This record gives sequence, C-alpha cells and structure tokens, in this order.
Amino acid sequence: MIQLNINGKSFNVDVEPDTPLLWAIREQVGLTGTKYGCGIAQCGACTVHIDGAPVRSCVMTAGAAVGKRITTIEGLAVNGVLTKVQKAWLEHDVPQCGYCQSGMIMAVSALLNDKPKPTDADIDAAITNICRCGTFQQVREAIHAAAKA
Amino acid sequence: MSHAPKISRRSFIISTAAAGGGLALGLNIPFGPGVVRAADGSPEVNAWVVIRPDDTVVIRIARSEMGQGTLTGLAQMVAEELECDWAKVTTEYPTPGQSVARKRVWGDYGTVGSRGIRQSHDYVRKGGATARTMLVQAAANEWKVPAPECSAANSVITHKPSGRTTTYGKVAEAAARLEPPKDVALKDPKDWKIIGKPMKRLDTIDKLTGKQVYGADIRLPGMLNAAIKDCPVFGGKVKSFDAGKAERMPGVKKVVRVEGSAIAVIADTWWHAKTALDAVNIEWDGGANAKVSSASIAEMLKDGLGAEQAFVHNEKGDVKAAIAGAAKKLEAVYAYPFQNHVTMEPMNATARYTADRCEVWCPTQNGEGALAATAAASGLPIEKCEVYKLHLGGGFGRRGAIHDYVRQAVLIAKEMPGTPVKLLWTREEDMLHGMYHPVMQAKLTGALDASGNLTGLRIRLAGQSILATIFPQALQNGKDPLSFQGFWPSGEHAFGYSIPNLLIDHAMRNTHVPPGFWRGVNINQNAIFLECFMDELARAAGQDALEFRRKLMAQHPKHLAVLNAVADKGGWGKPAARGVHRGLAHMMAFGSYVAACAEVSVSGGSKVKIHRIVAATDPGYAVNPAQIERQIAGSFVYGLSALFEQECTVKDGRMEQENFHQYNSMRIAQMPKVESIIMPSGGFWGGVGEPTICVAAPAVLNAIFSATGRRIRSFPLKNHGFQMV
Repeated sequence: MIQLNINGKSFNVDVEPDTPLLWAIREQVGLTGTKYGCGIAQCGACTVHIDGAPVRSCVMTAGAAVGKRITTIEGLAVNGVLTKVQKAWLEHDVPQCGYCQSGMIMAVSALLNDKPKPTDADIDAAITNICRCGTFQQVREAIHAAAKA
Repeated sequence: MSHAPKISRRSFIISTAAAGGGLALGLNIPFGPGVVRAADGSPEVNAWVVIRPDDTVVIRIARSEMGQGTLTGLAQMVAEELECDWAKVTTEYPTPGQSVARKRVWGDYGTVGSRGIRQSHDYVRKGGATARTMLVQAAANEWKVPAPECSAANSVITHKPSGRTTTYGKVAEAAARLEPPKDVALKDPKDWKIIGKPMKRLDTIDKLTGKQVYGADIRLPGMLNAAIKDCPVFGGKVKSFDAGKAERMPGVKKVVRVEGSAIAVIADTWWHAKTALDAVNIEWDGGANAKVSSASIAEMLKDGLGAEQAFVHNEKGDVKAAIAGAAKKLEAVYAYPFQNHVTMEPMNATARYTADRCEVWCPTQNGEGALAATAAASGLPIEKCEVYKLHLGGGFGRRGAIHDYVRQAVLIAKEMPGTPVKLLWTREEDMLHGMYHPVMQAKLTGALDASGNLTGLRIRLAGQSILATIFPQALQNGKDPLSFQGFWPSGEHAFGYSIPNLLIDHAMRNTHVPPGFWRGVNINQNAIFLECFMDELARAAGQDALEFRRKLMAQHPKHLAVLNAVADKGGWGKPAARGVHRGLAHMMAFGSYVAACAEVSVSGGSKVKIHRIVAATDPGYAVNPAQIERQIAGSFVYGLSALFEQECTVKDGRMEQENFHQYNSMRIAQMPKVESIIMPSGGFWGGVGEPTICVAAPAVLNAIFSATGRRIRSFPLKNHGFQMV
C-alpha cells in the first residue's frame, strides 16, 4: 500500500511499488483519462505532471511518485472551469479521435507554465507527443491561441 | 455528449409487441401504431430521431466515430432535413443487437472505405425529412389546420395564417403515433443551412477532460483483465507452455490457451496480467511459415513483375506495339512495404459470457461485424448477443473488417462465465498482429514519341491482394479490383489520364502475412507508382511536369480541376524561395478528386523539410468543410509518417518491429503547413477520410527529386538515409 497525491487528493493505493504510475492511476485510482499507448515513453499519451513537470507515467514507478504532487488530465479543470489550454482546444476543435489528447494537453499545459509565450521552435522542441490522426496543425494554432488568452 | 455506456445496458424500450422487444414498461399505447421509446421514455419520431420533452433532439448514428468526424457530419445531414435547432442536437449509437431486432432499420454500420456519409446520405436525410413531416402534421392536427399551412424551422413549428407556434418537444409524442409518410422530398442543396457549414464537432468536450470513455477505459463491476500473446509467426501455434511461475504471481486468476495459437493471463488488474504473461514460458511452433523473410517475399513479388499471367483491369490499344515503336522508352520498378495501422489505442474488447447471453464492449468500425464475431466466438445465436460500441482511439481500417480482438476477448470470457473480462493488447502485440498494408511492387514502362508525347503506358503490379485473404467472395473471377484503386477505367477510382495505349494488370502474389485495409488502402502505393513515374516521363520528354500531365487530361475535367487548383495556389511555374522545390500529384479515389503541390527543401543531401503542401479535393458535396480540412492535414501526417519512417519487415516468419522506437510517427516539429482547397462541384458524393492521403507522398517525392536529383523507388525513405526535419 502506498499513498499517492493526485489532483490534490490523497489516495491509498494497493500496488507493488514498481508498478508503473500509469497503471496505478488507471486501474487503482480509476482515472482513465491518462492513456496507455506504448509503455516505453515514446508516444506521450500517458503524460501527467509531477510537481508541475510533464512526465511519461508509463515509465515512472508508482513508488517513485510517493510524496510528489501528481496532476492528471482530470485535475486540470477546477469545478468544471476549463483551463485556457482546454478552452483553446475546444475553440479550435483540435481533437480527432482524442486518444492522445490528454497527454498532448498535459504536455502543452506544462510548456505554457514554463514559457507563457512559446515560439514555434519552443513548441517543436517541447511537444513530442505522437498523434496518429495528425492534429498537429490545430494543436499549434491552439497553443498560440492559449498563449494569447 | 458521451457514448460512455451505462452499466445498465443501453437498451431501447420497445412499447408494443409489433416491435418485438418485449421490454414494455407499461408504456403501451392502446390504439394505433406503437410508439418506440428511448431508454428515458422519450418517443422515437422514427428510427433516426428521438425528441425529448425539453426539445433535445437525439440523432441516432449507426456508423462509428474514430476521429474522422462522421458522427457530426451525419448529424448535420439529419438535422438539415429535420429543421431542428442545431444547438439542441445530441447523438447516440443504436446497438448492433437492436439493428438485428429491428431488421437493419439503420442500414449498414460499416465505417470503412470512406463510406460513412457518401453511402448513407440519402436515407439519413430522408430519416430527418420524414420526422419533420410527422412533427408538422402532428402540430397541424392539434390546431386542426392543413399541414401545408405550417412550416418548421429551428425546432419550432409555425402556422403561418394564425401565427401560432409550438415546439418539436411538445408534439413529438403525437408525431410518434402517426403513420410515416411514404415519400418525402429532400431539400435542394442550395437551400442547405447546416450541411456544408463548418460546424464544430459534437464530441469534443469529453476529450479535453479525460471523461471520454474509449474501449480501453471501460470498467464494469467485478471485471477482470487479460493480456495475451499470440504466436508471433502468422499461422503458427503454441507448442508448449509453462505457467507455473505466472500462476503464483499477484492477482493472477487463470492462465488460458486461446485457439491453440495464443496464451492469455486473466488477473485482477491488467498490469498483473501483463507481468504474469511475461513470466509464462512459451515455446512456439512457427510451422510452415517460420522461414519466410522480407527478402523471400520480395523475390516472390519480383517474379510476378515478369510473369505471363496477370489480371487485367484497364486496357486500351496495343501497348506492346507502342513500346516497341517508341522513340524513347522508359522503365522503372517501385516497391511498397508492409505497414501497421498503429492506432493510438491498442486493440481491446471487454466481454461477459454466460450460457445464454454474450455481451461485448469494444471500439469497432463495424458494429455488425463485431456482433457477428461475438456470436461466432460465443457459439450463441446472434439474438442472444449484444455489442456496445465505444469511441475508437483511432481506426484507420484496423477495426473494420476483422474483429480478431473481439473473438479473443469472447473466448477468454468463456473461461470465466458471468465475469466481465477486458482484453487489452500491449503495443507489442498490436505491432506483431496487425492487418498489414499489403506489399506491392510495380514495373512501369512508358513509350514517348519523337515529340515527347506519351503514346503508351504499361503498369504491372505484383503483390498481395487484401480481398483474396479476407473477403474472397468479393473477388471478380479471381481478380481483386481494389488492387487497381486509382487505375479503374471509370467509377470511383477512375484513372485520370487518356493514353492511347494502356495496360494495367496485377500478378497476384499473396503472402502469409494477413493484409488489411490501411487508410487509403491501395491508392497509397498506386499514387506513388503512377505520379512519380509521370514525373519521370515528363523529365524524359523534357517537359514541365504540369504541362505534360495536362495534355493527357482533356477528357478528365474534374481530375484536371483539382490539379490546376493546387498548381495555381502552390505557385507552380513561378519562382520558389531559395532552395525550395515543388512537386505535384493527383488521383481519384473513393469517389473524390484530390491533388497536392508540395514545397520541400533538402539540406545536407538528406534532411528533408516539407514547408507547405497545398491540397485540393472535390468530394462532390462538402458536408463539413472544417472537418474536411482536418482530414486532409491529418491524412498527410499518416501518409508522410509511412513514407519516411514506416515499414514492417519479416524475419523468421514474424514482424521485426514491436513499438514506436522501431516504427516512428511524425511529430509536430515535422508538420508542414497544409493549405486546403475544398472545391465541391456537386452532383456526386465522394469520400473524405482517405482520398487525400495518397497525394502527399508522390508530391513530396517529386519535390525531393527536383531538389536532389535522386529518384527514390522503394520505401520508407529512411532506408535511403532521408530524414524528415
């Protein structure tokens, strides 16, 4: 049993500490917005924030996240009020299938916290998530829109 | 809107014996035709439209949403004729089991071949028009006035002479009891208010908050989880396995052999199932295919390039004589590899089996296909089976024709009767057990006369047929017409050039690798073969690539129109920025005309920057131009990822690539600016999800040739040292 702090709440989670954080979040805590895509930190669908920084939760153990502040996609909007990134995503109709978008939004949110007015080069360097539907054109537009909001 | 199924199953309550449901909840109407009710008791005006008392309009969508926007597009079609308030529209999937019970009232569920809208536009619009007619009639009856004196707009019915109004929600109950009219007229496209407009998608919000439930996310009470490993050699089987260690691992409930070729572990959590599966010692028997390699397959295809026998699909004049008499002859051989769909969400299905019922929750492009697979695997009659469709984390053709993952999930659930079991494949399993883009080689021979006119073209295809493996009943005397997509003499894949002497044929060479419909299907390679070779011919003739094509396109005005559009907007014939080179391509596929003009620069001889692609499509009617733009740009990501990075190679009978580190996909840094020209010319209905994918690759390849002088004829480009930057 380990204790995880997710989206401001404390959860007692019954997993072996070497279980990937992704699976502890999805299966024990029941927050399924964080997705499994590859299991080897290639695709970014599992991106969460650990103390504000983007982390691919499929390769971080649950044990290593103990004592840290974990934020998942479900923790972005507070009391149903969308963040400026989520609003920009809605306004620009970004998602297609949407499966990668939780991770994409988490990666972008961390980028904007770090660099509120990112250049295209900043975006290219920071956003390395895979999207098989190919939403990148709308992702870029929406990032710039969120930065202006 | 959410398609997350409630645990209590999403059933329709059918209120009369006539509808055969037997699920009446005291809502029977004593006289008149029966009213069919949605689960919340709201009346169905007809199968397509349910209207709630608060005026919410629920539009039923039989096709599947996998990102391509068909859910929104189809709702626009119904709403247009229904004359309802778009802001009050929501959607739901009728279940495939209900389709069986109601004799396919919603028609085909297949969401494949870019057919979602183009093959149902007529009956879904009629569904909306019929419902509107009934709603107006119900209001007229209530007011005791003739229906033609009433009109409907924005969910409000107005009696013009008196100015009285009512809403759809108020008359829906009465409308549902009316006999539907036999014939309804559809609106003239010039009067459309919702079709043709860039409406926002109806399914976005839940994708931004983590709320959207995909197949992989479903959680049912008491559910167990399963992981599976199928024999990596296609057609092989399990020789022996030792589960002793796995069975003692945490959470493990059962280790089972599935169909003789796979081992699955059932556990409390998927992570426990997966780690225990890794601890099962499995010895495989690859069988007859264990020695097959990419090289042996390539050799077999190469043999087909020179074979006497082949299926002919497009022939004109005497191509042999034209080539023999040519002033200049050009020949080239191209080759296209196996590729995996790699949907972001790996294959998965959740099944609950008992001796008299089997239910499946899954992402599928074809609910009816998933239901058939459920019935077959469960051994139960189809009436005792049900499928609950969930949003797909990508489809691209992988989840349409073959429901291997559903079959496995049901077989595993049969091991634990009464307990729902979710089967989720690892990415590795997904890469090793795809339904792969078929391999194909092509030998192209062109004949030019002394003035550089193309007098003859011979295309010999050699490679795998999808239909021969998965739908042999669709072959035409052994021939697979889909192998010739883009090369047909006429029809939805019509060849876009008039060449006096032409022969296009296919030496079918099937492999043990299971082929499938991969977004675009055979136009991916056919467009490269044809449009790169046309570029080669233009250069051999010393002519401009656009002018050379135009001379052959006088009889193909719609092909020519999209080509001209991209050439014009792309700046063809005008100076490009320093170091920037352009390439062109066009095609007709899935009923639509598409073209692209790519701008590329190459640094250091191998680093390819795709700056811009101007793309045009004429799909006849453009139901939602905003979503079409997204399909164009998205299809380029899919197609260019394949062109530069993606190949599944066979060694010892199995695929070598197991995850994204060996099978890369484009990132945002590599994304070109895509400028779309949507130019619907009307009078026909073409597809949107697939056609444009095929023009990106040849346009980029032609631009790379212009930049480097290197004509690449086998793929992916990484094998030639090229890299997308």
